[in-house]
Amino acid sequence: THFLSLSLQVKMSRPVQARRLEGIDKNIWVEFVKLAATYSTVNLGQGFPDFSPPDFLKEAFVRALSRENHMLHQYTRAFGHPPLVKILAQFFGKLLGQDLDPMANVMVTVGAYQALFCCFQAFVDEGDEVIIIEPFFDCYEPMVKMAGGMPVFVPLRPKAPEDGKLMSSADWQLDPAELASKFSERTKAIVLNSPNNPLGKVFSRGELKLIADLCVKHDVLCISDEVYEWLVYDGKEHIRIASLQGMWDRTVIIGSAGKTFSATGWKVGWAVGPNRLLQHLRTVHQNSVYHCATVAQEAVAQGFRRELELYGKPDSYFIQLPKALQQKRDWLVQSLDAVGMKPIVPEGTYFLVADISEFKSDVPDVPDSDEPYDSRFAKWMVKNKGLAAIPLSAFYCAAHKNNYNHFIRFCFAKEEATLKAANDILQKWKREKTSP
Amino acid sequence: TMAFRHKNTRRIEGLDSNVWVEFTKVAADPSIVNLGQGLPDISPPSYVKEELAKAVAVDRLNQYTRGFGHPSLVKALSQVYERVCGRKIDPLTDILVTVGAYGSLFSTIQALIEEGDEVIIIEPFYDCYEPMVKMAGAKPVFIPLRYKNDGNSASSADWVLDPTELANKFNSKTKAIILNTPHNPIGKVFTREELQVIADLCIKHDTLCISDEVYEWLVYKGNKHIKIATLPGMWERTVTIGSAGKTYSVTGWKLGWSIGPQNLIKHLQVVHQNTLYTCATPLQEALAQAFWVDYKRMDDPDCYFYSLSRELESKRDRMAQLLREAGLKPVIPDGGYFMIVDVSTLNVDLTDVDEKQPYDYKFVKWMIKSKKLSAIPLSAFCGPETKRRFEKYIRFCFIKKDSTLDAAEVILKNWNQQTD
Repeated sequence: THFLSLSLQVKMSRPVQARRLEGIDKNIWVEFVKLAATYSTVNLGQGFPDFSPPDFLKEAFVRALSRENHMLHQYTRAFGHPPLVKILAQFFGKLLGQDLDPMANVMVTVGAYQALFCCFQAFVDEGDEVIIIEPFFDCYEPMVKMAGGMPVFVPLRPKAPEDGKLMSSADWQLDPAELASKFSERTKAIVLNSPNNPLGKVFSRGELKLIADLCVKHDVLCISDEVYEWLVYDGKEHIRIASLQGMWDRTVIIGSAGKTFSATGWKVGWAVGPNRLLQHLRTVHQNSVYHCATVAQEAVAQGFRRELELYGKPDSYFIQLPKALQQKRDWLVQSLDAVGMKPIVPEGTYFLVADISEFKSDVPDVPDSDEPYDSRFAKWMVKNKGLAAIPLSAFYCAAHKNNYNHFIRFCFAKEEATLKAANDILQKWKREKTSP
Repeated sequence: TMAFRHKNTRRIEGLDSNVWVEFTKVAADPSIVNLGQGLPDISPPSYVKEELAKAVAVDRLNQYTRGFGHPSLVKALSQVYERVCGRKIDPLTDILVTVGAYGSLFSTIQALIEEGDEVIIIEPFYDCYEPMVKMAGAKPVFIPLRYKNDGNSASSADWVLDPTELANKFNSKTKAIILNTPHNPIGKVFTREELQVIADLCIKHDTLCISDEVYEWLVYKGNKHIKIATLPGMWERTVTIGSAGKTYSVTGWKLGWSIGPQNLIKHLQVVHQNTLYTCATPLQEALAQAFWVDYKRMDDPDCYFYSLSRELESKRDRMAQLLREAGLKPVIPDGGYFMIVDVSTLNVDLTDVDEKQPYDYKFVKWMIKSKKLSAIPLSAFCGPETKRRFEKYIRFCFIKKDSTLDAAEVILKNWNQQTD
């Protein structure tokens, strides 16, 4: 018989995986993406466009490939392909009123997702607190935990809209006193996402100032996820918190080619900020992925060059895209309102959250269920109606999942035909409910 | 002035410097013949480039795909590797697609290694292993390859691990050993017997094996690449890492993969979903199509996996010849596309170079400046105790087109004619 040493027995009885994975293994998307793939005829769930990136971008990619110089298939500069970081520095320098050094103030990442990861790994140590505004893009919480940090949640709270008006994402607001109470000595950073996924809220200057003042007072970093920066409607302005007093030095701004150019599958993102913060992102990056794919960076650089030239002009994609999406938003708002789902009109992003309380009768309450109502509703809806959406509770921490559990999120970055098909499903559903 | 307490986290303390950042900048000057960084200047095969152009023309291939790996790619990988390993590989549970093999190394180490663990690293080593292990809070334990024959090693096969020394590195804290075969920088292809020694220790101490096999197809005549995961008792404790960059000469595509048992890969998948979530879609689709082309001809010598290796073998031989003509004694690699050489015989006196850097760093910098030829210093690939042992070696990369090697030839032939 094989005698196992005591130390070997102890080793074998320990889990093989590292403790940093504790509590971060579950992921809403794995389940909902599978459900949508299996059951949905109309997928307004996961956030990606069902239309193509603009021709000029695809052409830039193909042009880069057909060049004599095949070196675009090899490694480029690790912290960002020079043509891309140069144009990003130029473009964002203009927008921020800062003189940006492409080599020091910009870093390219594998999607905005990896930029977020670098921020948490670079700045969040065991015991550090990170303030997260709810509802939040779901990866913030596990990323903070994986870095050994403690997420501290503060909710946006809905105010009732004026009589007869639809609720707007602007009606969901932070309580200033509540926000202030979340800052402690251990607070390392706050994550800001404006325009906000899932609500579509575009934080106003006043709201940003509230956050900025607290960051300055408590010497806290701001991780500013601005991936939807171009998707703002009704003439609203996306304001960059880094442009507020005292904020440039303590903010990392995160952007995404996927959202900017409707090419989520290219996975090109970036971080912009002061060198004293970016240097630490570079350290994480060079020890985790090191290089990002070259060709996509070259094509995105070309896309930005075009946009720099057309900035503010009607042909600019950054004007065309929000114009087209606003129309789609309005269609969806109309569809939902007509059937009694109450849409919260988003000021930005390509997401819309609707209140489904009136549809509760189709999916009964299960009092002792662990699963939040909206999650069961969304699953029922995709299986029975073929319409995929994401429950709002997915964007709340475990403790708060039942606070706002009668809302679902739709993505409207979809072709007109898709939105019409969604409308047909909703209309049919309404007819079925109202007929005896 | 504003207070600002924001320094870096403990996990990245001391991990900011990097040999590549230093040397790729220096060698970026186009007048320098660059045999340093491991990047091909030969063209990838045309069908590989064409597949990428085709992929980007399909609308949905420009949007997110499955997080753990694009379905057609993981299917293709499972087919290729089932054939190579002789065992069933489930594309959904046994494979993770990552951003380069680099991303696989990171995901594996973050998933399975933590504070209190020790990880054995064989020197010289691909330089990222050490900082990645440290970033995970663990302790790297080094063991050097040593020459069998005294002084005159002519082949990478002459560099071996001492089995007793290796056994002494294992203890109850040893969580994993990192194996790299074919080996960068020496080019060693570990034999079955050598792998068995490592396997026996892994099984005895219940240790994991992280097997970096990015150069798996680049083995030269008389050698065979053996996957340690195929040895008895090893599949369940091994994560095997591969690279599109090295397989198809497309380092700029940054796609790699980890293959192993579900009970290990599932943890890598958790890391992946919390770090970058998904890899680029059109690149994965193009890679899948390229794999199908070559999977279908794995019995045919024209398969790129074999034709690239043949092409590189003649470049290897040419590189070795050039170095010999310059009076140097290269270590002929059995695999990979690097060659190391002892430059001390050139007797370049750099004692007046006022830097605390090891000899090979100073030599490479001097060579770049005065000879317009670049390489990488070998001490970059060593732990602190071993740096002195390797500081007279430099590494050349030979996956270069003929005109690059021609230019290197001119420099090496004229070496002795200049006296600086």
